Amino acid sequence: MAASRLIEISPVTRVEGHGKVTIHLDENNNVDEARLHIVEFRGFERFIRGRLLWEVPVIVQRLCGICPVSHHLAAAKAMDQIVGVDVLPPTAEKMRRLMHYGQVMQSHVLHFFHLAAPDLLFGFGSDFAKRNIFEVIRQNPELGLRAVLMRKFGQEIIEATAGKKIHGTGAIPGGINRNLDIATRDRFLSQVDQMLEWSQGALAIARGYVEDHRALVDSFGSFPSNHMSIVREDGALDLYHGKMRALTPDGAPIFDMLNYNDYHKHIVEDVRSWSYMKFPFIKELGPETGWYRVGPLARMNTADFIDTPLANEAHGALKAYSGGKLNHSTLANHWARMIEVVHCVEKIRELLHDPDLQGTDLRAVGERRHEGVGVIEAPRGNLIHHYKVDENDQVTYCNLIVSTTHNNEGMNRAVKDVAITHLSGQPKITEGMLNHIEVAIRAYDPCLSCATHALGQMPLQVEIYDAGDRLVDRAGQCL
Amino acid sequence: MSDPFTFRIDGVAVTAKPGQTIMEAADAAGIYIPRLCDVDGLRHQGGCRVCTVKAGGRSVSSCTQPAEPGLEVENNTEARNRVRRDLVEMLFHEGNHLCPICEKSGNCELQAMAYRLGMTAPTRFPYLEPCRDLDASHPDIALDTNRCISCGRCIRASQDVDGKGVFGYVGRGIHRRVAVNGDNLADTDAVLADKAMSVCPVGCIIRKNEGFRMPIGARHFDHGLIGHEIEEKSK
Repeated sequence: MAASRLIEISPVTRVEGHGKVTIHLDENNNVDEARLHIVEFRGFERFIRGRLLWEVPVIVQRLCGICPVSHHLAAAKAMDQIVGVDVLPPTAEKMRRLMHYGQVMQSHVLHFFHLAAPDLLFGFGSDFAKRNIFEVIRQNPELGLRAVLMRKFGQEIIEATAGKKIHGTGAIPGGINRNLDIATRDRFLSQVDQMLEWSQGALAIARGYVEDHRALVDSFGSFPSNHMSIVREDGALDLYHGKMRALTPDGAPIFDMLNYNDYHKHIVEDVRSWSYMKFPFIKELGPETGWYRVGPLARMNTADFIDTPLANEAHGALKAYSGGKLNHSTLANHWARMIEVVHCVEKIRELLHDPDLQGTDLRAVGERRHEGVGVIEAPRGNLIHHYKVDENDQVTYCNLIVSTTHNNEGMNRAVKDVAITHLSGQPKITEGMLNHIEVAIRAYDPCLSCATHALGQMPLQVEIYDAGDRLVDRAGQCL
Repeated sequence: MSDPFTFRIDGVAVTAKPGQTIMEAADAAGIYIPRLCDVDGLRHQGGCRVCTVKAGGRSVSSCTQPAEPGLEVENNTEARNRVRRDLVEMLFHEGNHLCPICEKSGNCELQAMAYRLGMTAPTRFPYLEPCRDLDASHPDIALDTNRCISCGRCIRASQDVDGKGVFGYVGRGIHRRVAVNGDNLADTDAVLADKAMSVCPVGCIIRKNEGFRMPIGARHFDHGLIGHEIEEKSK
């Protein structure tokens, strides 16, 4: 009888940050267990303690180099509450929104074209030497150029609102530190229609993939789950601000229009010994059934509608695809993500025409409080920042629940589901088979750096151990 | 010696008045000599040694050394700037200078000096990694001495201008550091309007609630290298 084996994918590639997957095979080569491990730790929640409240939005954005704006804004929203500001001046809120839409757009474009497209265009098990962005560009240079220019547009929006493309300083407690000058606005206006056209092209690719591969999409890492996000008070998609809504797999509300300052009464975090990433769940349902998914697809599920016409039409098509019910297909995240790109560009265009962006009332002040919560819909999903600050302006408490952490259980279930389907009973495990596992993880666009604040490296290494923990095979690549 | 006289800095003739230091004469002539502890309005100290030049073959701090007729001064040479870069780099290693998260970034003279001298990353010496508590006890001012470079500006300003003595040195040798005259800053008679609160070249003395209100692009050193205002005088 063959020995049981442990397969390790470490690190998972084409995701942000450093993680690994272990797959335990029994004597018959059937998958016994499969897990996504997050293996590094930095501990922002601890070392932010003692720092001054206005430093926080700038410090915590260093959690991530891909979507620092999300942390910057979530922390700034929490600090707004602490400096006693519940309503920002219009210029401040609109500048922050512009920054956020630019951020979500560029992050989604990066993920779709640079990280996910090689799998979708060439096949999950295709030659790994060609399964990368360079081959995408080689085979379709026009598409590759659009990807680069769309990301550039989003990053320049960030630069115009935060001062830098990465790790800027725009949002400050109670407001923003700049407005948008006319020349910069006009530069963006001259490009935005092109961006919208290209966004619709990206959406068509993502939607086409899902519709053309329906059998695969409906089965690949697909399982019912709860979904959670913030939504606007009228039920519209709102990436910057709103109230919390969680739905059961059949669409019934678990909680709705929840003030996010009360998140901790409903969401708790479980800890497991094999991962530095926590496992949040909804308290009312308990850890077994209370886990949920967040992110683009979750937002499409929770939102009643989208307040921009092209994205709303696309939202309707996605809803129709699943017969009006919640969509639980892991791969449908790609479609949802591109709907959000269209939405972001529509919102950017709308904002660029708003004269409030040239306003000079940038900051409000209020009566100091000692606790604040900021919640935002980051590219990868719901993001919660919670702080307490003492009378000397120093942080005494910090709790961060980031999108990838919310999705921890969902990603683990997707990994196991795909491992069972594609690896169980196989006498020989190939790199292509293992990539199926990574495809499932990538669909969530996880940011492991955010989740545990790791520094990533990108060599892929697979090691196979027998039941006696002896290394019997090893394969590696360096992408 | 009451008449102006000339001396040379890097071969350029500079006119000086009697009693002027090399740095004062250089400033007036539009020649920048790097400095960290020296600042307008405070007495010269000669402590940081960044302004060290070769004058008449000797290494001297140009902020304290009087100019002399016929003196030959080496300032902007590779050798002088290498020593300055080493000094600045050691200052980075002595403290916790995390520019990416420091509100002084863009207005920080230490950071600006590093850029001017071509020090892009402090990598050559061991970090001392001080772990000093941030003093945020004062309602308007905070003190993060992990960022202090012991330039002594706040000490001189508090003593000589404010007449208070809020700040002073404690400890000896490498352990010498700036401290307040009390258990914490709230224990002192410091107020935000004190000269001492506006002279810190780094992010050690923090004016509360200003934070990152100044946008990137509007910060002092977003407009040019440190010393550019002096150099523009000669253009």
